[in-house]
Amino acid sequence: MASLGELERAVMDLLWAGQEAATANTLRDLLARDSEAEGGSAGHQGKDLAVTTVLTVLSRLEKKGLVERERGTRPHRYQAVSSREDHTAELMHEVLGSAPDREAVLARFIGSVTESEAATLRKLLGEH
Amino acid sequence: MFWTSYFLAVLALVLAWPVPVLLSRAAWPARAPFTAMVLWQAIALAGGLSMIGAMLVYGLEPIGDNLIAGLRALAGMVLNNEPTTALGFWHLFALSAAALLSAHLVFTLLLTYVKIERQRRRHRELLALLASPSDDGPGTVVINHDSPVAYCLPGGARSVTVLSDGLMARLEPAELRAVLIHENAHLSQRHDLLLWAFAAWRQALPWFPTTRYAQLAVNSLIEMLADDVALRSESKATLIKAIALVAGGAGPAAARPTAATLGETGSFSTGGFSTTGGADSPRTTASRVSRLLSPEPPLKPAYRTLVLAASALLLAAPTAVLIVPGLLG
Repeated sequence: MASLGELERAVMDLLWAGQEAATANTLRDLLARDSEAEGGSAGHQGKDLAVTTVLTVLSRLEKKGLVERERGTRPHRYQAVSSREDHTAELMHEVLGSAPDREAVLARFIGSVTESEAATLRKLLGEH
Repeated sequence: MFWTSYFLAVLALVLAWPVPVLLSRAAWPARAPFTAMVLWQAIALAGGLSMIGAMLVYGLEPIGDNLIAGLRALAGMVLNNEPTTALGFWHLFALSAAALLSAHLVFTLLLTYVKIERQRRRHRELLALLASPSDDGPGTVVINHDSPVAYCLPGGARSVTVLSDGLMARLEPAELRAVLIHENAHLSQRHDLLLWAFAAWRQALPWFPTTRYAQLAVNSLIEMLADDVALRSESKATLIKAIALVAGGAGPAAARPTAATLGETGSFSTGGFSTTGGADSPRTTASRVSRLLSPEPPLKPAYRTLVLAASALLLAAPTAVLIVPGLLG
């Protein structure tokens, strides 16, 4: 059985790849197909994967604000809140932006470089 | 007891303004980053201690010959609901201020911790979905992004170092190793704890020059410490090139400067995010590079010992004047 973390990742990959919202059943079938394609008898997890597990994963993702549910229909259909690229951009904005307490949250190899600093760097490197 | 509160008030004042200003202008911290880091911590701790201590000692003056006796008398007043007329307005005011300041400092420290942890957790959650594990060892992941970016997200056993595709494309294996060693040094030396404490210190007392200078200095000192670790296994030229390439940022990966043309190529055409350094952004990168290019000899052991002794004295002096009279008397 794959861990919840791996399943979350697999579900998000499917939702990001697909254009439309999908039900838990559809997602389960897609996950089962993927794991069969990957590795014959070793990958029984796809067949054993219960729809309730997929629903658990989806509700975890919903709590994290990554997935939203269309409430009008039954069974519920799920879709990604924003694209993979948007989420990457969100992360990179956190990393590269100038949020006041970012320095305490993570440590960058190179901090923000101002134009004058870049000039100083150029000069320093030019001299040697 | 009167001279004690004056001594502590003067110490607090000196540590709040002239000392941090002088230290932030000094050149020697680049030659002994670890020692300088100890000194900054001593300044911050001794500053807070003497600030609170001065008000406490002044406030307790009418009811006790020393801090311990005073606190005992105060506890008696509070617990037995006795009149506090002996204290008078100003002494009560000082006591309340000391209590408020202590609570404020502790509360800000906790609040900052919660805020940092929340941001880190969210960041880790997204990384778990977006980044793929790297070949460069456990705890290292690669994220799909064109800018050359490397950073680490501290979190004990869940600490993770993140590299971008753009970085992997631009850097040679040795340069990549230097970057990884640098980032892992941040994690193994627990620089996150220092950043947390000094971020909270500044958040709590934003109008004190000392908190701003201290945070900027600490930010730049941890980079030097991590650079020194990287230099133990990678050459200086490798590290400098890695810094230059990452700082260069948005240039195309193909335009990889060679050592000879590093100065003239347009690889420093900083674009996009890289130019967003606020007024706060210290000249960390430039000072790091100049420190690598024209290294000064490390500070002599005698001076280092002197600074460490001064740091110990800074902590011992306020503690001693607060506690020793009570123990003697």
